[in-house]
Amino acid sequence: MSTLEIKDLHVSIDTEQGTKEILKGVSLIIRTGETHAIMGPNGSGKSTLASTIAGHPRYNVTSGSITLDGENVLDMSVDERARAGLFLAMQYPVEVPGVSMTNFLRTAKTAIDGEAPKLRTWTKDVKAAMAQLRIDADFTQRNVNEGFSGGEKKRVEILQLELFKPKFAILDETDSGLDVDALKVVSEGVNRAHDEGNMGTLLITHYTRILRYIKPDFVHVFVEGKIVDQGGAELADRLEDEGYDRYAPGAGVAVAPAAAAE
Amino acid sequence: MTEITEEKARIGAPSQPFINGFTEEGENLSPINTSESKAPLAGEAVKAHSHGGGVGIPDSSRAGRLTSYKLADFAPLTGMEEDWRFTPLKRLRGLHSDVLKGTAPAVDITAPEGIIVETVGRDDARIGSAAIPEDRVSANAWENFSEATVITVPEEHQATGEIMVSIEGSGLEASAQHFVIIAKRFSKAVVVLDHRGTAVVAENVEILVEDGAQLTVISLQEWTDDSVHASSQQAKLSRDAKFKHIVVSLGGDLVRLTPSARFSGPGAEAELFGLYYADAGQHLEQRLFVDHAVPNCKSNVLYKGALQGRNAHAVWVGDVLIRKEAEGTDTYEANRNLVLTDGARADSVPNLEIETGLIAGAGHASATGRFDDEHLFYLMARGIPEKVARRLVVRGFLNEIISQIKVPALEERLTEAVERELAASEN
Ligand SMILES: Nc1ncnc2c1ncn2[C@@H]1O[C@H](COP(=O)(O)OP(=O)(O)O)[C@@H](O)[C@H]1O
Ligand SMILES: [Mg+2]
Repeated sequence: MSTLEIKDLHVSIDTEQGTKEILKGVSLIIRTGETHAIMGPNGSGKSTLASTIAGHPRYNVTSGSITLDGENVLDMSVDERARAGLFLAMQYPVEVPGVSMTNFLRTAKTAIDGEAPKLRTWTKDVKAAMAQLRIDADFTQRNVNEGFSGGEKKRVEILQLELFKPKFAILDETDSGLDVDALKVVSEGVNRAHDEGNMGTLLITHYTRILRYIKPDFVHVFVEGKIVDQGGAELADRLEDEGYDRYAPGAGVAVAPAAAAE
Repeated sequence: MTEITEEKARIGAPSQPFINGFTEEGENLSPINTSESKAPLAGEAVKAHSHGGGVGIPDSSRAGRLTSYKLADFAPLTGMEEDWRFTPLKRLRGLHSDVLKGTAPAVDITAPEGIIVETVGRDDARIGSAAIPEDRVSANAWENFSEATVITVPEEHQATGEIMVSIEGSGLEASAQHFVIIAKRFSKAVVVLDHRGTAVVAENVEILVEDGAQLTVISLQEWTDDSVHASSQQAKLSRDAKFKHIVVSLGGDLVRLTPSARFSGPGAEAELFGLYYADAGQHLEQRLFVDHAVPNCKSNVLYKGALQGRNAHAVWVGDVLIRKEAEGTDTYEANRNLVLTDGARADSVPNLEIETGLIAGAGHASATGRFDDEHLFYLMARGIPEKVARRLVVRGFLNEIISQIKVPALEERLTEAVERELAASEN
């Protein structure tokens, strides 16, 4: 049983116009076995939260903390965080020239596990996982994400999720840009990983449709760098009907800045 | 972000009609492209020289380039010339302007049984049988070399191991060097030109691949940091010949290679591969020419380069010419660069000239990708430490060329050399 705890997190970035605060006090606790959905309009800071957890150098944490089972995540380098069990499925996975998928997957697995996977079972595992996600076998020969369509990139992110078996998966709009079939395939992959019982999931999304396939235990509404409302799966249904407008500044809905889901 | 530009063949008529009374061959081709060519050190060479744009072929055509054995036929370089525009002439250490009277790098050859190795004088009949200088530095080398090394693979001979040619420089005085490599009919061999040490040298390598012969020539440049090397490596390919040329440029202040493959008989194949790794301040240039002058030949070009450090500069220019008579040609050329740090620059210019529509295929691609912080972030976010991530990228990228060498000991040596280049960037 693991716990990822985010406490009163403030994050800013450096822009040409100076420092800009994007996260304005985010608190959240995720435990193994839980699925949390973070929903919010574009530009509300969802990717900033995800990237900050993963350690992207662009984001400066000005105050607050992130801990994994009590360990200070903010002290860890990007690769250390991944090896500690954090996985970020990126909203826009980059193409990495020169590195074949095969080589990449094996190198990452070796780094995460601290030892090389047994070649024969590993090759079999990769093949099986790819087949389930309906990724063509020849993708392993191609360079990481190079020339992949948007949907293919998302599947490959989930492929890694299934192979690397993290303690916590942060999925940044994995659903956006997917057609219905791909959305199902990808959701099934997340559910398979989740059902192994050793993972907590932070599902970031703009739309509610992925929540038909992945059932959240908690829903957090994210607006302007803060969690402004939270509840169970039913909150997502309400958002589906009403949208985010009621949370817009000056919309008159009195929403207390939410406490952490404790 | 990786950017890939790819272009399919332009198929169409020659860009300009020929003037009556002149064929392309008659006026514009060097003697090595005509079937009745003799060893042309003397009169024919002078006759053969031609200036682009004079007759029939537009100035811009690769076929129109001046070729001559005489230095005086080439005007002094200004740096404005199309084929010198990327080269820092100041760093040539006189290869283009001085008499090349320094001692040429020492040649030491280890060859398997049956290979004939000779050191010959300037008047040897085989000199000039496969090449004619196409630029001033090459002509300067031609005028100044004192003796040449001739390596012959006899008819139908299958060499049992590679022919290792150690070329070891020991000084910075400008010098000239000359090699002739002849693969006789139906022979098979691998020749490694292993350039090392300290040198300022202009070199001509003539390569003759006779009917049905299979020849691989590997040119390794692992010079010291202050060395300057200009090398024209011209291959003439006869009917059904198979030629593979691999360039690996790692060390040297300025290395400029101009490999070419000229088809003189149908059914021949040429593969030209290259790997270069330009560090801070290094200038590594390669200019290729594939001349499809006869029907039904095949060529494939792939050069890959990594660049790192301030003022690391790589230049790749790939000229492929499909002449009117070269029907059934199948050709593809590609150059890929991986820029690892800021301050490095890669120039990549593929040129495909097609004078007949009756070809099997023609294409080119040029891509310069940056290994940037987002790539690093992606790999590290999967648990891969930074150093490993960088190595993964560069090794994977360059291995495609190294794996073409097929000489295990050499592949290993070059893989290690690439690792050292990488390690240097981590300090
Ligand atoms: N490089 C940047 N320069 C300026 N503003 C940025 C930059 N990156 C993100 N932002 C701003 O930060 C805010 C949050 O962005 P993001 O975390 O991507 O939101 P979301 O994922 O919810 O759409 C937005 O207002 C966005 O415009
Ligand atoms: Mg986002």
